[in-house]
Amino acid sequence: MIVTNDKRYTIGVLVQNVPGVLARIVGLFSGRGYNIETVTAAETNEEGFTRITLVTTGDERVLAQIVKQLNKLVNVIKVFDFSETEFIDREMALIKVRAEEQTRAEVLRIVDIFRAKVVDVSPHFYTLEVTGNEGKLSAIIELLDQIGIAEMARTGKAALARSKK
Amino acid sequence: MKLKGAQIFFECLKKEGVEVVFGFPGGAVLDIYHEMAEHDIRHILVRHEQGAAHMADGYARASGRVGVCLVTSGPGATNTVTGIATAYMDSVPMVIFTGQVPTPLIGDDAFQEVDIVGITRPCTKHSYLVRDVNDLARVIKEAFYLARTGRPGPVLVDLPKDVIQAEADFKYPKKVDLPGYRPTVEAHAGQIKKACQLIAKAKSPVIFAGGGIITSESSEELTRFARLIQAPVTCSLLGLGGYPATAEGGKRPDPLWLGMPGMHGTYQANMALSHADAILAVGARFDDRVTGKISTFAPKAWIIHVDIDPTSISKNVEVDVPIVGDCKNALQQFIEVFEKEPIPRLTEIRAPWLGQISEWANDHPLTYTPSQEMIKPQYVIEKIHELAGERAIITTEVGQHQMWTAQFYKFDRPRTLLTSGGLGTMGYGFPAAIGAQVAFPDRLVIDVAGDGSIQMNIQELCTAVCNKIPVKVVIINNTYLGLPRQWQELFYEKNYMGSCMEGSPDFVKLAEAYGAVGLRAERPEQVEEVLRKGFSIDAPVFMDFMVAAEENVYPIVPPGKSITDMLLT
Ligand SMILES: Cc1ncc(C[n+]2csc(CCOP(=O)(O)OP(=O)(O)O)c2C)c(N)n1
Ligand SMILES: [Mg+2]
Repeated sequence: MIVTNDKRYTIGVLVQNVPGVLARIVGLFSGRGYNIETVTAAETNEEGFTRITLVTTGDERVLAQIVKQLNKLVNVIKVFDFSETEFIDREMALIKVRAEEQTRAEVLRIVDIFRAKVVDVSPHFYTLEVTGNEGKLSAIIELLDQIGIAEMARTGKAALARSKK
Repeated sequence: MKLKGAQIFFECLKKEGVEVVFGFPGGAVLDIYHEMAEHDIRHILVRHEQGAAHMADGYARASGRVGVCLVTSGPGATNTVTGIATAYMDSVPMVIFTGQVPTPLIGDDAFQEVDIVGITRPCTKHSYLVRDVNDLARVIKEAFYLARTGRPGPVLVDLPKDVIQAEADFKYPKKVDLPGYRPTVEAHAGQIKKACQLIAKAKSPVIFAGGGIITSESSEELTRFARLIQAPVTCSLLGLGGYPATAEGGKRPDPLWLGMPGMHGTYQANMALSHADAILAVGARFDDRVTGKISTFAPKAWIIHVDIDPTSISKNVEVDVPIVGDCKNALQQFIEVFEKEPIPRLTEIRAPWLGQISEWANDHPLTYTPSQEMIKPQYVIEKIHELAGERAIITTEVGQHQMWTAQFYKFDRPRTLLTSGGLGTMGYGFPAAIGAQVAFPDRLVIDVAGDGSIQMNIQELCTAVCNKIPVKVVIINNTYLGLPRQWQELFYEKNYMGSCMEGSPDFVKLAEAYGAVGLRAERPEQVEEVLRKGFSIDAPVFMDFMVAAEENVYPIVPPGKSITDMLLT
């Protein structure tokens, strides 16, 4: 068995929104052999800036290198290393689940419990929208899987540091 | 007043003080070439774009200024990639201008279109595709700024044809605005203090200096500091010349000089690193060719590491005191501390360590078996050193001849050795020598080449001849790709598959065919005469030295071994 000290880390990256910036970041990861589990990117409230959230795995040394390498990119304004701070993270999933007569009630019960939403209905399927942290999403996916998930799209994580109390 | 993009291009170069561009034209950059004659800038027309990139590199390494090259789109751009990667690995300030198809055609697989920004993303410090002529001046300003500041490196600027044809108002920005780029120059005083405490306590310290010493122009500070604390110094391949190898005008070795460490390092340098109780690394990055087996590297040492690039620190070896900052700044702070508070009883404390080191040096000095019959390559290097004079600039290709140069040429001054360390690019030395000679027309510039490597960019002999660039090429002709052959001899049962270079051209005739001078030495007694003659000619000269074919570079640390496991003969 290979023993690793690999852990999952969430990293926030504030970048200038210039062409190719995402390629630089993703290329850094692939070129240097770092993992990316999820990546999300979208504009922030400030014009010209994009906020990227990455989830990666590695040991502490790898994480330290990733943070430094990201900082080295000219278009990167700031890197948030969430291994050192408390943070909130959320992910959204759209899940198309089988909803036949016998399972519909069960699906709705799950929707209720997880505070999800039904966003599309067809004769055989419900499409649900669910938001939460990783734990919540895995839990609902596991339950729905038993009923029958036809298709699913997840956004990947977005994260922000908690503000100091 | 509105200027065309091509005019703006030259106005910007003027503002940056660019005196020379190494280039090769093509459809995408003809507007720039059309404009060129109107401007006071020297253009060196190369014979292959790889040559242009290495020339800009050699120019930059020799002078400390930013090297510039200009090539067309597509194949012109891709031909520069090896040169860009070479410069990137060795932190050389360069700006590469590539032509690009007009913006409306980008993405359509247009004729001679290639995504050069994408191709070079991992081997440039930064890169730009200029989409609007109004951005051109700002981008060029930023490109030069990025190339030369912080940890220097190559920056690529891709210029679509319609952008250099379009017009805009020209205003060169006074300042750059790069919110994500703020290299730390000033070393943190607290970290310096921690480091000083370790240094003050150390009984057996070693200073390990890398290319950062050269880049930051801090060899004087390094020398002063090493003498101040009586610490022996070893320099990586790229750091050679950062600390003087000799003292008293070359009469004897500098007492604190250890030579180069690592795979082909000196016995005393590798032993000193392995027995040191403190290592102060400045502007070095602990390349695997230096450290050998990483888990056994410098087992007893506290490691202090100064580098302007935080990613270099604790990347390969675990560092005890990281110091992010410019080498010069850090060394100045160190000097200040120890000048104020000298280490008490320094001579006495250091005596056992320096004694041990001279013992190592005496036990296993760099040697070779001289011969009356065959020319020994090491002998040629020693003779070059003897005859070239202290202002000479040496470039090398890659291979055994490069390692012998690093071992047997005694570099006393910074920027006198230009060699591809990180990427190990055969074909680098000759064009780099041309670039260096362009920067310093009055100095002797010598490419120490192998018979294999010289053939990788030999076409640039035409560039040298046509532009009257009197570089000297010393070919250490062992009729082999010597370095792979040595590995095959030692580690692959002497299976010399692929490493025999028999059938190479007659380099003397070839030089003559190009309009250069060709000389040859076949016996040891001819070596000095050929060198003297070659060095005295004011034109490009190829000197072909037929050397002992199967000579090996020693010491050698076999791959994967600790640096104390040196094969000495
Ligand atoms: C472009 C490139 N291709 C391959 C290599 C691998 N390589 C390293 S040294 C060497 C042989 C160089 O031969 P030569 O120039 O004759 O030098 P020698 O070792 O014989 O002194 C080779 C093939 C390299 N470093 N660069
Ligand atoms: Mg050879």
